[in-house]
Amino acid sequence: MNKSKLLCVPLAALLWLPMAPAQAALRVLACEPEWGALVQELGGALVEVAVATTALQDPHHIQAKPSLIARTRNADLVVCTGAELEVGWLPLLLQQSGNAKVQAGQPGNFAAADHVRKLDLPAQLDRSQGDVHAAGNPHIQTDPRNIALVAVALSARLKQIDPANAAAYARAQADFSQRWQQAMARWDVQAVPLKGLPVVSQHKAFVYLYDWLGLKEVAVLEPKPGVEPTASHLQGVLASLKATPARMVLFAAYQDARPSDWLSKNAGIAAVKLPFTVGGSEGAKDLFGLFDDTLSRLLAAGAAR
Amino acid sequence: MIKPLPASLALAFVYAMGQPLAARADSAADIATLRAEMNSLRSAYEARMQALEQRLQAAEKATAALPAPAVPSPPVAATAPAALAASPSSFNPALSLIVSGLYARTSQDPSRYRISGVALPVGAEAGPGTRGFSLAETELGLSASIDPWWRGAAIIALHADDRVSVEEAYVQTTALGAGLTLKAGRFFSGLGYLNAQHAHRWDFVDNPLAYQAMLGTQFGDDGVQLTWLAPTDQFIQLGMELGRGRSFPGSDGSRNGAGMLALTAHTGADLGISHSWRAGLSVLNAKASDQALADVDALGNGITNAFSGRTRVWVADAVWKWAPNGNATRTHFKLQGEWLRSTRSGSLVQDAGGLNLAAPYSASLSGWYVQGVYQFMPAWRLGLRTERLDPAGAYRPTKHSLMLDFNASEFSRLRLQLAQDRSRQGAADRQVFLQYQMSLGAHGAHGY
Repeated sequence: MNKSKLLCVPLAALLWLPMAPAQAALRVLACEPEWGALVQELGGALVEVAVATTALQDPHHIQAKPSLIARTRNADLVVCTGAELEVGWLPLLLQQSGNAKVQAGQPGNFAAADHVRKLDLPAQLDRSQGDVHAAGNPHIQTDPRNIALVAVALSARLKQIDPANAAAYARAQADFSQRWQQAMARWDVQAVPLKGLPVVSQHKAFVYLYDWLGLKEVAVLEPKPGVEPTASHLQGVLASLKATPARMVLFAAYQDARPSDWLSKNAGIAAVKLPFTVGGSEGAKDLFGLFDDTLSRLLAAGAAR
Repeated sequence: MIKPLPASLALAFVYAMGQPLAARADSAADIATLRAEMNSLRSAYEARMQALEQRLQAAEKATAALPAPAVPSPPVAATAPAALAASPSSFNPALSLIVSGLYARTSQDPSRYRISGVALPVGAEAGPGTRGFSLAETELGLSASIDPWWRGAAIIALHADDRVSVEEAYVQTTALGAGLTLKAGRFFSGLGYLNAQHAHRWDFVDNPLAYQAMLGTQFGDDGVQLTWLAPTDQFIQLGMELGRGRSFPGSDGSRNGAGMLALTAHTGADLGISHSWRAGLSVLNAKASDQALADVDALGNGITNAFSGRTRVWVADAVWKWAPNGNATRTHFKLQGEWLRSTRSGSLVQDAGGLNLAAPYSASLSGWYVQGVYQFMPAWRLGLRTERLDPAGAYRPTKHSLMLDFNASEFSRLRLQLAQDRSRQGAADRQVFLQYQMSLGAHGAHGY
């Protein structure tokens, strides 16, 4: 009698298993807030997203903090930009995490920049030219067409590593894609007055934004990528604006506003702080809000005299 | 090329026309054949011209198409590294060279450097080094993936006196999973906070007195290291190391077992967006046999003692970092401190080779340092360090250092350091250092 009673317990547990609650959510670590927002849109309740950086942090200069190492260790999927944007900290996180699933080349390691066409490929790779990215400009999130391309690839990756919920991911991707296409059509209409507008950038962070909206970059405040704007270079830019005038100077939310404010005051043009990524401003709470807010700021500065 | 030919043909034709009438019938046939030849030559040249033009057009199209990256549809490949030559995970290892030089000015002679009450090993690289201009270690670093399961790295130091030493050369697993990482080879131990940092990462020109006295400036050994990261949201890392025990506080010897055992435990977390910290506790056990220690006798002459026995070093470390909104590019602050305690027990042969006085020996030594580094402007940092040792004697060596450095980029650094070194009783040393530290090549990321 005792033996059969003992057997009953594991048998009952086996029978009970199919009725157990659904498996735990997929743990995702996103390197930047835009990919965190995208994974949230494509995964919903099926994913648990942690973001390694905020919109107010420079993604080039992040340290491999203990909290990030712990999150990498527990992650099933790591979603980053790639194109050497995170080369200063992500390889160290992956090495120290002891997590085989998220190493480079594994399905658990997703690089968004591999799925879009990159601009600004350098003619020569030399550190004397500043902080040059060999694979091209990595700030791909400023063009909504790139977000659409990455969403397709990311959804496929989610299905690959979590095949049990593939149908749900497909539904979420179809829904997101429809809303995104509608939003892009609306933005294209809104952005018509911005075509051909000349602008100055503080850092070469907006190449993809200019490609999408048709803006022309006439000067950059940083003398070389990654080098802080110097007084002499700013004077040079101010002088060059007399020949090729610009309508506004753009900088990202994580950057220091002072060089742009200086140019704005001395050249009489608007200094526009763009959110650059989700969370960079009050209006940029998600991916849709990011572009709504970016466009409204650009239009406000472009219209103002 | 073509123009002269019809002319010469025409001349030949005229010449042929100048033949006597008797050969008219032949010349008519000749004219016909000549005409046919001319036509065939012309058509052949025209065909060649056309072929050359087509080739030129194709070549122009090819050069025009080169700079445009043509990816009309997104590639499905999971890994598509566009720049093969630059990626450190490609077949070529990431090669880097650290170059460093120093100008030092001290008020006491560095060759007579001692820490009062502390017996340093013979040949220890302690103290301010040498006066005047000198080349510091040039470090050659290579690292790459070996295969899907292993990665390897080596740091080879080229010393100013033309010695070559292997600082680190290890292989490390990448795919063990379950938070485990195994490292084997020669590496700096994971004790404390500063021990695993290479000299080019230091915030000051030299390592603290406590490290020089108890860990031989930096403790590295040949062996294996296993670290485990707990599956918690809080960073908790435990490590264990087994090694030969060839460097101070151990000594090289002929043993079947491990001469060194180290256990490390570290934890860390964020406090909000702007603050993060890491703290830990580690212990090192090392065996020594006939370890040569430099000492002075009662008359002040240099003698060598030989220690045999066990040493245990406890290290408690803590580091706290602050950056506004977590963005360290403009300003940030780092505060770190470590406390070390070393206990030795065994036997000491005083004046080995001379008087040879053997006696049981036990000694304990503790010391600590606290340093703060503040970046007050992009590229400019100010640092202050204070440290103290508590050896057996009444005198307590102390040292205070102040440094200012300029980092034009992440790869170049110029530093000015002033120090007041009271390690020798009665001989306070005022030290001034000017240092450059630069790296070229694909240098990997640095830790926290």
